[in-house]
Amino acid sequence: MIKLFKVKEKQREIAENANGKTPVKKQSAGELRLHKDISELNLPKTCSITFPNGKDDLMNFEVSIRPDEGYYLGGTFVFTFQVSPIYPHEAPKVKCKTKVYHPNIDLEGNVCLNILREDWKPVLNINTIIYGLFHLFTQPNYEDPLNHEAAAVLRDNPKLFESNVRRAMAGGYVGQTFFIRCI
Amino acid sequence: MAGTAASPSRSRDLDKLLLRPGNLVGPTFEPGTELRDDLQEYARILVVGAGGLGCELLKDLALSGFKNLEVIDMDRIEVSNLNRQFLFRVEDVGKPKAEVAAKRVMERVSGVNIVPHFCRIEDKEIEFYNDFNIIVLGLDSIEARSYINSVACSFLEYDSDDKPREETIKPMVDGGTEGFKGHARVIVPGVTPCFECTIWLFPPQVKFPLCTLAETPRTAAHCIEYAHLIKWDEVHSGKAFDPDDPEHMKWVFSEAVKRAELFGIPGVTYSLTQGVVKNIIPAIASTNAIISAACALETLKIASGCSKTLSNYLTYNGVEGLHIKVTEFVKDKDCLVCGPGVLIELDTSVTLEKFINLLEEHPNLQLSKASVTYRGKNLYMQAPPVLEEMTRSNLSLPLYDLMDKVAKDVIHVTGTTGKNDKKTSCLRKLRVVFKGVDGVTDMDMAGGA
Repeated sequence: MIKLFKVKEKQREIAENANGKTPVKKQSAGELRLHKDISELNLPKTCSITFPNGKDDLMNFEVSIRPDEGYYLGGTFVFTFQVSPIYPHEAPKVKCKTKVYHPNIDLEGNVCLNILREDWKPVLNINTIIYGLFHLFTQPNYEDPLNHEAAAVLRDNPKLFESNVRRAMAGGYVGQTFFIRCI
Repeated sequence: MAGTAASPSRSRDLDKLLLRPGNLVGPTFEPGTELRDDLQEYARILVVGAGGLGCELLKDLALSGFKNLEVIDMDRIEVSNLNRQFLFRVEDVGKPKAEVAAKRVMERVSGVNIVPHFCRIEDKEIEFYNDFNIIVLGLDSIEARSYINSVACSFLEYDSDDKPREETIKPMVDGGTEGFKGHARVIVPGVTPCFECTIWLFPPQVKFPLCTLAETPRTAAHCIEYAHLIKWDEVHSGKAFDPDDPEHMKWVFSEAVKRAELFGIPGVTYSLTQGVVKNIIPAIASTNAIISAACALETLKIASGCSKTLSNYLTYNGVEGLHIKVTEFVKDKDCLVCGPGVLIELDTSVTLEKFINLLEEHPNLQLSKASVTYRGKNLYMQAPPVLEEMTRSNLSLPLYDLMDKVAKDVIHVTGTTGKNDKKTSCLRKLRVVFKGVDGVTDMDMAGGA
């Protein structure tokens, strides 16, 4: 290709005198795939999505979930999503912004959902994750605990668990921990 | 032989490749001293990364007769680099890798000029990368490769028959190593698969379930990840963990040790902590040397045509015995990054709404309910409702205006195709060309103004 390089070098010298084009934003393959995911979102009525940085930043968004059944009926739980440029090779980073008394979500907002970590596959999408999160509220699971105390209560005394959830969602203490009202 | 007294011995081995005809040469190979001299004068090579592979690459390329090299790396030298990044010395610790690497190779190989760039690859304008004839990658992350690949592919143009225009092709040579394993590949955008065509080749990162870390740790790595992912946030609310801050790393290490003691798990060390948290795989100097040699040779082959190039993916495995295999991967014809996309000619008056309707009627697309994105701007989104509302007002505007009045550019659309009653969703790349507008217009206007 050296012949071609030679020609180009000549052109380059000429071009250096003229002003180059303004740099343009590059869209990563991850952004494009995310664009597809978002434009095909099919959310249940109980979930809504917002884009805090406006319509052109799809890589950072928030999803609110309002469970319509189960222990968490009536609460609103906000999750932040951070999507990497190599999505879907890598799962989005998801955190629960609302402090919640939940066996599978710790007080820092870490979420134990298999498809967010060990079972993530590039064929999954944002919709699958949102359904997975929704499922955590209708079916909290004491076998994969992140909040150890909450899991033990759910396992040993579901009635107490229910009242603890109610108290936390209404805004109040469960044990030593204060929860902000989210109803 | 012509030239100075020193030159015959300097390039004697290279001359055997470049001055004589051969049977296995590339199609455009023209042996001779002109080729040798042109390579030195006109070939401009960028090396991305000045780490384990980058040091080797700079040395190999300089010794292969290339004289115009540049190197870009955002890192500073650390003590742990010194065992394999042989251009660096103890007194260089803390200095930018690109600068020291460039200086050392220039000191040792006379006549070579290496320009260092101590910055992130994203900090350079896209046009910076267009100045090079070949980009050689010595990187350790998928993100960085994906970025450079998308930049190199963005220079690629196709003619009206969907054939790549040769003068717009920016070849890349990508090396990578992980312990005793490595790969070297040649990416000729539009001709061979690009990085994105074969991204599925990378195995997914191993991630432990959070609940295992929190509840039932079984290995030293579990204890370290517990300290890193869970305990850190608990204690340092709001403060982000910085893997390059030794204080942070030490804190994670000491927490991991406590955790390991609690569960009776052996094996937590400081170096393992660094390894797990930063996902470090021990680097082997000779793997770097082997992979770099392959990459430098391919670079020479692409530039000179002195041999057919690797076609197109070499894997090296020295874990048990030694295996080298070359696999010819195929392009993804619909690749969003290197593929031609579907050519669409439009009048400048066509509105976004009309354009979306045209996609449905287009024989090769039949794409209904399209959402449209252009260079990071979402022009129209069918869903979710919040974005639909925010983008609806664009529908009545001419696409030409929404695309900043460029004569031609690439645009991406998502929608459903309805061939044979079966609806499938798809994401397509389109090459939009506006009729009656070309590059000349801008110059005319500039002249007239």
